[in-house]
Amino acid sequence: MAIALEARDLVKEYPGVTAVDGLSFSVPEGICFGLLGPNGAGKTTTVEIIEGVTRPTSGEVYYYGEIAGAKFREEAGIQFQNTALQDYLTVRETIEMFRSLYDRQANINDIIEQCSLADLLDRDNRKLSGGQRQRLLLAVALVNRPRLIFLDEPTTGLDPQARRNFWDLIKSIRAGGATIVLTTHYMDEAQILCDEIAIMDAGKIVTQGAPADLLYERYGDKLINLAHGEIRRPNLEDLFIDLTGHSLRI
Amino acid sequence: MLRRIYAIFRSRNREFIRDRSSLAWNLLLPVALVFGLSFAFDGQRDEYTVGVLQAETQIDTSSHPFLETQYVRFVVYEDLDEALRKVERHQLDLLLDIGPPTRYWINATAPKGYFVEFALLQASSSTPVTAMKEQIEGDPVRYADWMLPGILGMNMMFSCLFGVGYVIVRYRKNGFLKRLRATPLSAFEFITAQVASRMVLIMLITTFVYTGTHMLLDTRMEGSYFTLFLVGLVGAISLVSLGLIVSARVTSEELAGGLLNLINWPMMMLSGVWFSLEGTGDTVQRIAQIFPLTHILNSARAVILDGATLADVAPSLVALTALSAVFLTVGSLIFRWEQY
Repeated sequence: MAIALEARDLVKEYPGVTAVDGLSFSVPEGICFGLLGPNGAGKTTTVEIIEGVTRPTSGEVYYYGEIAGAKFREEAGIQFQNTALQDYLTVRETIEMFRSLYDRQANINDIIEQCSLADLLDRDNRKLSGGQRQRLLLAVALVNRPRLIFLDEPTTGLDPQARRNFWDLIKSIRAGGATIVLTTHYMDEAQILCDEIAIMDAGKIVTQGAPADLLYERYGDKLINLAHGEIRRPNLEDLFIDLTGHSLRI
Repeated sequence: MLRRIYAIFRSRNREFIRDRSSLAWNLLLPVALVFGLSFAFDGQRDEYTVGVLQAETQIDTSSHPFLETQYVRFVVYEDLDEALRKVERHQLDLLLDIGPPTRYWINATAPKGYFVEFALLQASSSTPVTAMKEQIEGDPVRYADWMLPGILGMNMMFSCLFGVGYVIVRYRKNGFLKRLRATPLSAFEFITAQVASRMVLIMLITTFVYTGTHMLLDTRMEGSYFTLFLVGLVGAISLVSLGLIVSARVTSEELAGGLLNLINWPMMMLSGVWFSLEGTGDTVQRIAQIFPLTHILNSARAVILDGATLADVAPSLVALTALSAVFLTVGSLIFRWEQY
């Protein structure tokens, strides 16, 4: 399987803080790769370095074996954690504007259908609900038929129905053959969507692999005793807490 | 490249046009100012102004007793034709050449000229030399004629500086620039689209406001509309470019607003929006030359009031182009997409 994305020795230093500390990982083509970590672990900084919007202090990013450059920008789709869109533009105009920035263009009707935006096309961006807005931002990330898609905490702030709807969307995108890099705080989301995860803390990767393999490596066949005599298998949240600790991150 | 520039250009135009309050402000403010001020001042200057024809920049008040007259503003002119044109248009109440021979010119149809002549003759009675009188005629330049380019220039300045500078800072602060950076769009394409959008909008608005006020107030137009349009176009490019410098790195709208006002206010006070800089000190006039608005207003007034040709305003157009080149180069070099 080809390596779609590779980060080599990424370092990002801010005055007094090393946000990303010698990070290296690779993402095979066609998988959903989850980057997990507590607040301030360096997930967003890492993703923004890879996306080319933040300059690293050192390190390189490779896209299909080449330094990420013009080809990467043309073929990558990105959904940021917080993206403001232009005021007074409708959903359709926003999608069309972003689509025009690429040589490689998706069929606009396909995107609208995929992201369930048909009923919202003439609505002003400012009048969208949280879930509708996330679907629009995903549509914007799909306008160039991306081979690689970055989704930075795409379901934060969404209600349970909207989250599940979004998961279905991500699954359908992945089924289309795209490689996905997902950052999330939700362990259930990572467990359901990701083929492989990396857990970050303090700017470094503390573990990486398929969720099931990581759980087996850590816990084997152990079970967890709950109150009232119930037992259950350890999950990603248990692994996450074990590896990153209980202390509150600020 | 053109497709990307057009996409950003079109979406920025839509954003501006659909922001009704902003559009109305850009259209109504200059119209209201022109009409309000033209009726308030009705074309009259409060003070008496006398031109003194001499080669020296400082007036020697001991050379003639009239030059010690109170409540009269004396302004030095080196060029006789220019000074006579001012008398002809009632912008000077009297022109005095101490000589020898001592001569003066007044406009026979200017009421204020009559009173200033009276003061001159009164002061001259104590001197043995008799001043020779020469009389010229011409219609007055009303305050509205003189002020219209100033108001339009001021509106253009605010629109160009805030419409580009402030908007880009807002885009940077809310993350929209960061989102664009993750696309194939280059900084050059983005800046070109922003400049083009603002240029088209400001030229349409200025043309609309000029045409409306020109027709309703029957303002003077001695020169060519094409030359005037060219002055506006080149001037707007320089003002937009200046706005880009402010927006190139700033991430706070409050700071951007402060910086833009720091540029706006000196330009508004020293470029001749509200009053002529004639008679002010050399230092003030030299400082005024670094402001694009000074060149825009001087050229526009020369075209409108004096019928200046393209060749006449060419030095100002060259100065504006040079300023634009400097502003754009600096702006592009220091431009930053991200907030931090």
